[in-house]
Amino acid sequence: MTKLVYFAWVRERIGKGEEEIDLPAAVKTGADLLRHLKTRGEEYAHALEHEKVICIAVDQEHVEHDETIAGAREIALFPPMTGG
Amino acid sequence: MAGGVPAPVVVRVQREDFDAAAETARLTAGSAAAGAVVTFTGLCRDEGGRLSALELEHYPGMAEAEIGRICRTAVERFSLLGIAAIHRVGKIAPGGNIVLVVALAPHRHAAFDGASFVMDYLKTSAPFWKKEHFADGSQGGWVDAKDSDDRAREKWS
Repeated sequence: MTKLVYFAWVRERIGKGEEEIDLPAAVKTGADLLRHLKTRGEEYAHALEHEKVICIAVDQEHVEHDETIAGAREIALFPPMTGG
Repeated sequence: MAGGVPAPVVVRVQREDFDAAAETARLTAGSAAAGAVVTFTGLCRDEGGRLSALELEHYPGMAEAEIGRICRTAVERFSLLGIAAIHRVGKIAPGGNIVLVVALAPHRHAAFDGASFVMDYLKTSAPFWKKEHFADGSQGGWVDAKDSDDRAREKWS
């Protein structure tokens, strides 16, 4: 099981802040994960519609979409950051 | 790092307000090598009276970790003698403090650059998000990321 956490409008659109899911073996990168999640329902498809703007963090460090997510304990998906 | 003593790196994410003068005094205390301290405070604007509050969400754990990484990079790059970065979360009314960066260095250029570097990276890489609340009682949307913030960060690379 992999823990997924969502923030800001990604969280609001998916309708939950976190969940644990079993990832298929074919899901190897961040981009694979986004495509997989979009098959889970309308709310996911809506939240992740514009894949390129979604930021991905693995175990609390930023990763690029083409990077591996193998062995991740916690994967976060969120919009571009607007702190400061 | 003067005398091999690691430069202090202070990172906090908190709901409560901070005291810029007290944080600055704490960082400069005992650092006789310091000749400059730059203190930056980011405030909540009212956007021409439109806004009643900003609500700041963060990714607990990663927010602190990412600010820590940015601060340590700044210490290394600008040979800072100390750095503090404090970011508030929750609802903040116009005029309220959002973020504090204090950079301590032997000379002013490093202190200015260090503080500026930390802010530019923090805005684009630290996991915080702002939601607007309007003065008429309605809830606004999430603040969009700005291209100008990306460009500000790119000037350091």
